[in-house]
Amino acid sequence: MFEAIAFWFFAFLLIACATMVIAARNPVHSVLFLILAFFNAAGLFVLLGAEFLAMILIVVYVGAVAVLFLFVVMMLDIDFAELKRGALQYLPFGALIGLILVAELAMAGSAWVLGPATMAAKAYATPQGITNTAALGHILYTDYVYYFQIAGLVLLVAMIGAIVLTLRSRPGVRRQVISVQNARTAAMAVEMINIKPGEGA
Amino acid sequence: MSLQTDLLILLPELSLAVGAMALLLIGAIGGEKTEPVVTWLAVCILLLAGIGTVMGPEGTAFHGAFVADRFSRFAKVMILVGAALSILLADEFFVTEKNSRFEMPVLMLLATLGMMLMVSAKSFLALYMGLELQSLALYVLAAFSRDNLRSSEAGLKYFVLGALSSGMLLYGISLIYGFTGSTQFTSIADVTMIGGASLGVVFGIVFLIAGLAFKVSAVPFHMWTPDVYEGAPTPVTAFFATAAKVAAMCLFLRAILSPFPDLLAQWRQIIVFISVLSMALGAIAAIGQTNIKRLMAYSSIGHMGYALLGLAAGTAMGARGVLIYLAIYVFTNLGVFACIQAMKRGGKAVENIYDLAGLARTDLRFATLFSVLFLSLAGLPPLAGFFAKFYVFLAAIQAGLIVPAVLGVLASAIGLVYYLRLVKVMFFDDAAAPFDGQLAPASRAIIWASVAATLLFIVGASPVITAADAAARALLP
Repeated sequence: MFEAIAFWFFAFLLIACATMVIAARNPVHSVLFLILAFFNAAGLFVLLGAEFLAMILIVVYVGAVAVLFLFVVMMLDIDFAELKRGALQYLPFGALIGLILVAELAMAGSAWVLGPATMAAKAYATPQGITNTAALGHILYTDYVYYFQIAGLVLLVAMIGAIVLTLRSRPGVRRQVISVQNARTAAMAVEMINIKPGEGA
Repeated sequence: MSLQTDLLILLPELSLAVGAMALLLIGAIGGEKTEPVVTWLAVCILLLAGIGTVMGPEGTAFHGAFVADRFSRFAKVMILVGAALSILLADEFFVTEKNSRFEMPVLMLLATLGMMLMVSAKSFLALYMGLELQSLALYVLAAFSRDNLRSSEAGLKYFVLGALSSGMLLYGISLIYGFTGSTQFTSIADVTMIGGASLGVVFGIVFLIAGLAFKVSAVPFHMWTPDVYEGAPTPVTAFFATAAKVAAMCLFLRAILSPFPDLLAQWRQIIVFISVLSMALGAIAAIGQTNIKRLMAYSSIGHMGYALLGLAAGTAMGARGVLIYLAIYVFTNLGVFACIQAMKRGGKAVENIYDLAGLARTDLRFATLFSVLFLSLAGLPPLAGFFAKFYVFLAAIQAGLIVPAVLGVLASAIGLVYYLRLVKVMFFDDAAAPFDGQLAPASRAIIWASVAATLLFIVGASPVITAADAAARALLP
């Protein structure tokens, strides 16, 4: 009973927030609604027994991605209201495409037949008697170590790529040189001047 | 299976990964002046990985994620050859452009690693991870001349469209996973053998093919190819046209033939459709091109169409045809791109085909070598390119695909027009100003080797065909 109430609560709020993300006039409000939407999605994951995904969603999406969005929205001087002005005139066309997509999904969904072999091969979300996080921990560095390492390499390539494409040495830019900073002593930086009263420096 | 045996099977890939990271360290510590050292070390690492691939054990590793078999071995040798020679071309190109940076060979090594993981993938998850590693490195490589507007545009276009294709691929994979309950190729083959083709699986296959067709630039997912080929630096284009194409095509073969051997009737019509369209567009759209790199892009679209015809056959013969096709395509294209890179006037690269006008009068030897490679791409009989098409058409006809094969022959006859036009421009037009003197040593070696392989394929073909046969049988027993 409580679970059903919680599901409807989270699901309703999620859709309402998602609508507000695209409907809000102020882009900062949009991002804040997005954060609320992430929280509700995390709640749905908890109800499904996938508490690890719920935590990751909050840590990564709310903690990092959405805050970054917020910074970008506040720093960039983009007139989002101007960008959104034409949205209404595309509404009928967008709604038509949405309807077609829903109809197609309904057709595909109604034809969903699972064979016996499929059911036998089906993997369960969580093994019995163990939490979701512990179950992921058991396999991530053992059975899935291959994928895990490739993911690491993909991130390395992304890092190299970002540096190759953006880092350039410009002349006339002052850079921090730690050794010079540390080698600087009080004797080099500070000079005692004895100023007579009434004369100024 | 213990971790040690798993790692032993993965040894070539491991050495490539560790080598790339070590080279990154050397470059990061030593600065830009280490670029020649990093380049040669990278070629040595690729050579080592090649030896490891050929001598290494066969088998599956990591719970069926990775497989080393005859098929992956054949594909990896082609990929490694393409990558090593592209790195040498890149060194020459960027040294003359005064833009040489040590990240270039490192990124090429990591892209090659992604390709090797792709062709060895035995589950959809491993396939996607390898593909993404390769693609991400290729996006950066396309935009490598970052002060060049064309190059940046190529990188951005490739990135956006590549991300779109990855999305379609993942959607297809998720549908297949949802309707078969597994991402393992063998389990999916078992499920589809018993359960037949459910609507969801067919949906998934369609999206999977759309995503893969993007990667091999088959019509109607080819739009990015001309812009990226034209904009990317020439050695990077050579890398795209050889190693990356081979990897994507071998991945296509494995991802269709290995999990869905019993759904031939479902996927064959799609493959025949994109194959015929690619052959036709590659032949017709290339006629109007004046930029030689764009022309090579349309040529590669057409060639992928011919190769896909072998896949459409769905037999071991067909897979063998595709592998022979790819092998010939790689060594011919390496020579062509080495020639394109040698097209320089006053220290600047020229790319218009009319810059080749009357080349035979200023440099007969270069014009002859260039023409032999183009005639091989066109598929004229004594040259290697003819045998490539021959084995594919043979397999298609034996599998009953008479009409697509006839259309393919027609398309290659049309394609002959633009290859012959290039030869005509070189030999019979009024001479333009000559190109800059001597060829650089690596380019010259690559061009001569490529031409020799093209001419001598008719006598020395049997080891290639035997190896391709064994590879195809490993895929389709």
